[in-house]
Amino acid sequence: MESAGIHLEGFIVKEYQPNPSNWRMKKSLKAFLEEKGKIGLEGIDTRALTRRLRLSGSMKGIISTESKNIDELLEKVRAYPGLVGRDLVREVSCQRPYLWKNGAPSPEKIPDKKQALKPRVVVMDCGVKYNILRLLENNDCEVVIVPSFATGDEILSYQPDGVLLSNGPGDPAALPYIVNTAKEVMSKTCVFGICLGHQIIGQAIGGYTEKLKFGHHGINQPVKNLETGRVEITSQNHGFVVVPESVESKADKSYTNLNDATSEGMKLGPTMSVQYHPEAAPGPHDTEYLFTQFVEFIKKEKVKTK
Amino acid sequence: MPKSGFARNMSEVMKIAEAIGFPIIIRASFTLGGTGSGVAYNREELLEIAKSGLDASMISEVMIEESVLGWKEYELEVMRDKADNVVIICSIENFDAMGVHTGESITVAPAQTLTDREYQIMRDAAIAIMREIGVETGGSNVQFAIHPQTGEMIVVEMNPRVSRSSALASKATGFPIAKIAAKLAVGYTLDEIPNDITRETMASFEPTIDYCVVKIPRWTFEKFPETEDFLTTSMKSVGETMAIGRTFKESLQKAIRSLEIGRFGFGQEMPADPQERKSLLKSKLVKPNSLRLFYIGAALQDGMTVDDVYDITKVDPWFLHQIKDILDAEEELKRSEPSTELLRAAKEMGFSDRSLGALWNKTEQEIRDWRGKEKILPVYKLVDTCAAEFEAYTPYYYSTYETENESRPSSKKKVAIIGGGPNRIGQGIEFDYCCVHASFALREEGVESIMINSNPETVSTDYDTSDKLFFEPVTLEDVLHIIQTEKPDGVIVQFGGQTPLNLARGLEAAGVPIIGTSPAAIDRAENRDLFQEIVHKLNLNQPDNDTAMDVEQALVISDGQTTVVAGIMEHIEEAGIHSGDSACILPPLTLSQSVLDLIEEQTKMLARELNVIGLMNIQYAIKDGTLYVLEVNPRASRTVPFVSKAIGVPLAKLATKVMLGKSLQELGFTKTIKPAHVSVKEAVFPFNRFPEVDILLGPEMKSTGEVMGIDQSFGLAFAKSQMAAGFKVLTSGSVFISVHDDHKDRITDVARTFEKLGFKILATAGTAGHLSSHGIEATVVNKVSEGRPHIIDYIKNGDIQMVINTSVGRKSSRDAYLHEDAARVTFFGLFALQHRGQESAGIVVSDGCNVFEHKGMGLASGVFKESILQKLTGSLAIGHVRYSTTGSSTISNAQPFLVHVGEEYYALGHNGNIVNAQSLRSELESRGSIFQSTMDSEVIIHLMAPHLKRGLEKALSIALQQVEGAYSMVMLTRDKIIAARDPRGFRPLALGRVKSSSSMRKVIKV
Repeated sequence: MESAGIHLEGFIVKEYQPNPSNWRMKKSLKAFLEEKGKIGLEGIDTRALTRRLRLSGSMKGIISTESKNIDELLEKVRAYPGLVGRDLVREVSCQRPYLWKNGAPSPEKIPDKKQALKPRVVVMDCGVKYNILRLLENNDCEVVIVPSFATGDEILSYQPDGVLLSNGPGDPAALPYIVNTAKEVMSKTCVFGICLGHQIIGQAIGGYTEKLKFGHHGINQPVKNLETGRVEITSQNHGFVVVPESVESKADKSYTNLNDATSEGMKLGPTMSVQYHPEAAPGPHDTEYLFTQFVEFIKKEKVKTK
Repeated sequence: MPKSGFARNMSEVMKIAEAIGFPIIIRASFTLGGTGSGVAYNREELLEIAKSGLDASMISEVMIEESVLGWKEYELEVMRDKADNVVIICSIENFDAMGVHTGESITVAPAQTLTDREYQIMRDAAIAIMREIGVETGGSNVQFAIHPQTGEMIVVEMNPRVSRSSALASKATGFPIAKIAAKLAVGYTLDEIPNDITRETMASFEPTIDYCVVKIPRWTFEKFPETEDFLTTSMKSVGETMAIGRTFKESLQKAIRSLEIGRFGFGQEMPADPQERKSLLKSKLVKPNSLRLFYIGAALQDGMTVDDVYDITKVDPWFLHQIKDILDAEEELKRSEPSTELLRAAKEMGFSDRSLGALWNKTEQEIRDWRGKEKILPVYKLVDTCAAEFEAYTPYYYSTYETENESRPSSKKKVAIIGGGPNRIGQGIEFDYCCVHASFALREEGVESIMINSNPETVSTDYDTSDKLFFEPVTLEDVLHIIQTEKPDGVIVQFGGQTPLNLARGLEAAGVPIIGTSPAAIDRAENRDLFQEIVHKLNLNQPDNDTAMDVEQALVISDGQTTVVAGIMEHIEEAGIHSGDSACILPPLTLSQSVLDLIEEQTKMLARELNVIGLMNIQYAIKDGTLYVLEVNPRASRTVPFVSKAIGVPLAKLATKVMLGKSLQELGFTKTIKPAHVSVKEAVFPFNRFPEVDILLGPEMKSTGEVMGIDQSFGLAFAKSQMAAGFKVLTSGSVFISVHDDHKDRITDVARTFEKLGFKILATAGTAGHLSSHGIEATVVNKVSEGRPHIIDYIKNGDIQMVINTSVGRKSSRDAYLHEDAARVTFFGLFALQHRGQESAGIVVSDGCNVFEHKGMGLASGVFKESILQKLTGSLAIGHVRYSTTGSSTISNAQPFLVHVGEEYYALGHNGNIVNAQSLRSELESRGSIFQSTMDSEVIIHLMAPHLKRGLEKALSIALQQVEGAYSMVMLTRDKIIAARDPRGFRPLALGRVKSSSSMRKVIKV
């Protein structure tokens, strides 16, 4: 699992497999969805659906088991507020700080004093995927998670060696309070933004974001590492992007999307960010090295400040 | 659980390995990422891997384990460029578990039973391997085995080159691996090469598949009846078919009907007896074979559970459940009243009209008409590398029963070409060559080309060969759908071999405009009776039998007015050998101008009579100056590419343009081209894959490919063709010559030439005598029956490099051939005959010089262990199973009964009762015979003994005249087997016949 719950509203497949076969399987998809109270739908021409979204752009949809009245359903869909301008982060963020230990949230109290040799990374949970936390821990960090609404001072009170702005849902332009927090911590410590975190940092340095026609989704998105010239295959799932021109002179471009040349990464002083998901899960591990890079960077900065 | 053991040093390693047997897996304990682990197939590899394993292990311990047979098998297709960018093009999962060559496996793309977790580990491993091996640029494939219960992963193999799998992956994803590899090789990087299909994206992304691809190999075991239909790690399939659908079930069913083996769905004829059924199923499930997919279906239908079938086959339960779903649906369809809902659901699951007709007791046509009325028709979706994320520009389609149709029929003039389906013997890439050229010709004429085919190994199924590609089964149902959607102005059926021709009448009946020579004319020429009429009408000759005649082939092109003989090929092999297996020469080497004129004249007559518009191939035979017509094929034939290349004219292209209405005059091809060079075609055979098969050629085609040699002279062109076919052309050594008396005159010059070239000549006494009388020195070598060392010894010792051996006609060449594993064949016979009351079994075998015997008490299967059979070497054998009615049950009474009289051995196996045995025995004993056994059979030997100098057959005949009763018997000597039976005798029961062995020609009747 990548979080404490599941955050989708419905799950659509062409053909459901009632008899999956894998040694790691514990329960069927159907049982899982039922347990979480989410609807699953099969027998849909998913390719036709994809084409429609590609041609007309992302749109709101509705699945109903109660009504067959199209007009009534349309009305409901139209009444749904959509993503633009809404703060969805608050709904998925944790509500109080906690410690991540041994690959899971820990009931232990966050120690007042951090360990001497272990860098402490504070993660702003805007809907964080657990694999980000796992990878930080694997890279020998002490991992503290705080809610998305934590203030700069609260975060800094943990004496972080680095702050990670996590991924999260929805419109990044609807989150000015997080942008402000980011601004406060960016001047004080190393910051790593992932996905929504990248969009927050983009705004924090004076740029702005826009909605893509149908977003980047999938585990086969090629990005180019502009430092090494290498192509890396990444996992992506976002509907909004940082407008490249809006940050052009404000930060170094570190990654670009090879399909549509959108902004995939920035570097500015002790701050780095990527639009894609280096933690993958699911997806290729091509960019997992970023976590090591971030931790090494933190360690270097630590030496400098001493 | 696999056999295994832990070892802490090399001597323990060897001890455990010896107990397990190769192949062996070595795993180092406590290491990461499989370091120090691997599969060893021999001692050397074992030493190497185990040593590195012991080094790598933190506790200096390795686990030695039985091989990975039964593990799940996967493959990743990977590409790397010079900038070290690596992308995965496709993941492939094998339906068959480890132990079957991936080319022999049914395979599925993308992988179906992996989670992201395992897939990414595999992906990381593949990339690391690419870097470690140092594949600078290009494609590779990496094969993995995964333990079905623990998920443990092992890299099985890596091929740092494009392979058969790359071709499949290219067709499966739409990502042209070889094309991109070529660009990478000249220095481009993946992010610089645009993806043809999307135009927007670059080659540096990983294709996504929103459909399911199933490949099934195509075998031709029916062409090699001596070979057991058994799949291993060595490839025996000759082709493959691929099908695309939205679900595995749909793709699997499409792939089955694409195979063109007369199957349109599941369904395997099974014996009615439940016990027989059970044992047949068991044997067909345990040993992978070409029909195992269908036996799996039969097993599930027969009440075996998915778990049962999994335990035996190791085919992943996921696949088995899919098959079960199809079979359950089939059951439901059979039980239910036909309805449109069921019809739609069945079509979505991939059922063919033919299958549905069979289930509902309707014709295929009735199902099709019904669907037409209900508008249950397929839609066409694009293979676009990106699962519809970007717009696709290349029109590469597959059909499915879904809601949205993406096909875009144009308003241009267009022609559809129906391809040849999977490669098999008799229908190979020659026909694909013709289809591809047809497509090119259509483009040249500004006509839109539409290709329909199901063979992933071909150029015709490249998305850029034609304006549109439909990757579909080449069956009437699937082809008609495409034609109804695209509405082409013409359809070409005469280029793809038998596959499209078989559909021609059905297409015509459905009103499809077929261009070129009419299907009726093709029928007229290829139907034996109808053709007879033509022969009579045109006053041509047909031979009564076609042995020992010289064969020629003529390939012609005609536009209905003008007919041009494009080439005449002279066969090197005589008539009776399939034309596809025969080497041939263009231009002909030995034909007189008058014969050539005659061929041209008759060819033109036939073209006119059949109103040929396009290509036609005719086989002629010549004997004593008379020309005979053997076969006429008014369509593209196997010879088209060879003749086109020999004369430098693209005949298939010209024929296509002729079909579009152009005249040969307009096209500038009106006269036969007489090339100044000589071209030789030679066939290539798969005999090394089928060691059991008799390499003698005959009327059944066996070759799987061909090569061509060109030069100024016949000799050089022929030598080149032989080298190309993989034969080592000898330049020195010894030649063994043994020819039939009728051929002795003709061998003189051949032998002299060899002598001049410095070859040493060996010959049998007769041939050597003939040669020496012509001043050619030859060393005499014993025939097998003349004592040792004989010819076989010379060959086995490598003292002979070439054998020239002739006999007369096919019959005698087969009879001259003895079965090289006679004891084993005999054992099979005994095994089939044994029953519970049996007390002993025996086999006597002769290699022409030595005679070996083995007898024992008990059942045949107990008496003849593999180690025993291996010692019974020889090409003649007789065997016996005994259950006693007379004589006591002791080993001395076990048969065959072997005695040594003078220089010869006599072995006798006998069945039945000799009623006067006792009296004969007393009489013989009174004359001084000493009996070794209490068997009747021994009496016969004693009766024969005094007459042996008059010949074996005579002696036996005299002996048998004295015995009374009902019996049959076989007798073996060093070089003969004789069978005899009583005068009122019953026919010997034939358990089976091994083609390559001699059959009993003479039964002595007393």
